Amino acid sequence: MPSLIDLMLEGRQIQQHSPWPRAVVDGPVWNFAAGELAQGRWSLLGLWGEPSTVHMAIMDEPTAEIAVVSLDCPDRAYPSVSQHHPPAFRLERTIHDLFGLVAEGSSDRRPWLDHNRWGVRFPLGDRIDALSQASPYRFLPAEGDGLHQIAVGPVHAGTIEPGHFRFTASGETVVRLEQRLGYAHKGIEGLMMDASLERAAQLAGRVSGDSTVAYAFAFSRAVEAALEMIVPDRAVWLRALLAELERLAHHLGDIGGICNDASFTLMHALCSVLREDVLRASNTAFGHRLMRDIIVPGGVTHDLNDEGTEIIRTTLDIIRLRFPALIELYDNTASLQDRTVDTGVLKPALAKQYAAGGYIGRASGRSFDARRTLAYPPYDRLRFDVPVLREGDVNARVWIRVREVEQSLSLIDQILDRLPEGPLRAKADPVWEPREGMAIVEGFRGDVLVWLRLRDGRIERCHLRDPSWFQWPLLEAAIEGNIVADFPLCNKSFNCAYSGHDL
Amino acid sequence: MRKLLFESLFRRPFTERAPSPDDAAVIELATAVAQAARRRLGRSLSIREVDAGSCNGCELEIHALNNAYYDVERFGIRFVASPRHADVLMVTGPVTKNMRDALERTYDAVPNPKWVIAVGDCAQDGGCFAGSYAVVGGVSEVVPVDLHIPGCPPTPTAMLKGLLALLERVDAGATAT
Repeated sequence: MPSLIDLMLEGRQIQQHSPWPRAVVDGPVWNFAAGELAQGRWSLLGLWGEPSTVHMAIMDEPTAEIAVVSLDCPDRAYPSVSQHHPPAFRLERTIHDLFGLVAEGSSDRRPWLDHNRWGVRFPLGDRIDALSQASPYRFLPAEGDGLHQIAVGPVHAGTIEPGHFRFTASGETVVRLEQRLGYAHKGIEGLMMDASLERAAQLAGRVSGDSTVAYAFAFSRAVEAALEMIVPDRAVWLRALLAELERLAHHLGDIGGICNDASFTLMHALCSVLREDVLRASNTAFGHRLMRDIIVPGGVTHDLNDEGTEIIRTTLDIIRLRFPALIELYDNTASLQDRTVDTGVLKPALAKQYAAGGYIGRASGRSFDARRTLAYPPYDRLRFDVPVLREGDVNARVWIRVREVEQSLSLIDQILDRLPEGPLRAKADPVWEPREGMAIVEGFRGDVLVWLRLRDGRIERCHLRDPSWFQWPLLEAAIEGNIVADFPLCNKSFNCAYSGHDL
Repeated sequence: MRKLLFESLFRRPFTERAPSPDDAAVIELATAVAQAARRRLGRSLSIREVDAGSCNGCELEIHALNNAYYDVERFGIRFVASPRHADVLMVTGPVTKNMRDALERTYDAVPNPKWVIAVGDCAQDGGCFAGSYAVVGGVSEVVPVDLHIPGCPPTPTAMLKGLLALLERVDAGATAT
């Protein structure tokens, strides 16, 4: 079996790409890589476009080797990956919507992010005028006696992001769910083009509000990889502190939120209080409840003082005091367990095929956690477990979060105990030649990937891949055969991002 | 569960004192609220939230309004599931072109009298997303806005101040009748 290194040797290696290699390959090598993905030997980490190039990031999971292969498409077409490997479907449709590049051989050519409302087609490629009349979106068919459709969204009943769900049900049972997303598409990758590093960092931190730290972290690491910057030690450790506080807040919120969608509001009320405590501590320590715009290329903008350390420690004590009783409550309430156990099962084989990250992957047997597998600093120097379960139901996704809350508490302790002194930020020397960088950071939801090319000290192209790209399609699979009334529960246990996905 | 419930009988409530209404917001509202509002609504507001393309940051803080610390329901403010049950439309985000239609239709579904609160910097003028091919701009480009609560995202306290200002205005309007 050839390794990723062999694949790289087949192509023309790009010199200024770090930390992982990128090679420009030809059609047969591209197809070979797609075949290996289909065989399950490699995992697809991302697939994105440029005006006349497509890039594919792949990983060899056992060795944690990562590489990017690129294919020039002078004829505005490239061999489809999705014809071999279904996780690429939506990514290819997006590449067509944004750049006009056609995935030849794909069986799904429907638009994805483009709802024919932009007034323009292929906004990041060779622009042409929008269609005068958009044809109605063709949902996939489901046929049989007595089936009916339920259309939900884009405006939902709860305070959540916009998206459309089309259910086909037989009585109460879901036969097929099809998502339609793109409503929150803001054209962030378009705004990134030619942006200064400062503005680009601001945009990256606003891709997905609940992962603002993770995105700023990944973006900054990609810039630093491109510019070969050394980040001061104190900033490296503070970044992990921010990331763990973010994980803690959202996991606590999710655990309560899932129980709330099973109408068990007591858990929701008590978890929300703990979550609020974390947000308030973050505000005292870093001046912003969601810790937005703190991580920037080169370091961090806000130091942690004694008052901040104190409030974080106090908050950890409160969580350690109150959280165990909540776990016990969850575990011992039969009516709640009745809703979560064996509901919305995601099979391990699918989680592996889609390289699903975060609690979704780890509740279905996929042990990938970028903090462990890629061991970026300071996680290479921290002790923590990566919890993995195989049941793949709502209950398993709750338990992964519970265990990760415990791990984050321990990580924050270790960081506060060992936080080095020193400067907060390194300055970048201006570099004028093109440089490419890439980074993968573990957000609370899963691995966030950022790839970028800098030219003349500005962003030429920046691609941000949310973990949700490989999680949303799995929700369609997990809900099949469940009752419609359990959809909110399953959906919340996935908690995929809309804005992060739509960009 | 009994133990947890029992504890809460004796523990002081998490809920905190209300902040004073935001002066700036009161002035902004001065012309917005009809005098008949109090008669029709009493001292309660039903809010329908619409995410018109936000990053989800504002939604997180709107959620926080419902937690025990802020407990927005004690003021008679409720988040409802349908625009047809709402007095107030609370809109976040730069309005994306893909959401423009849905926002207009949701606004049309809210019965009169109704108010629109735009939440967050993006909702004012598109924020850092202004100028994109996929973004219309601020909420007022699509529906009339009565109150704007700035911030990225605004804190729950800032939102509470704005909402209380709206309620006071409704009250003042009623007294004047």
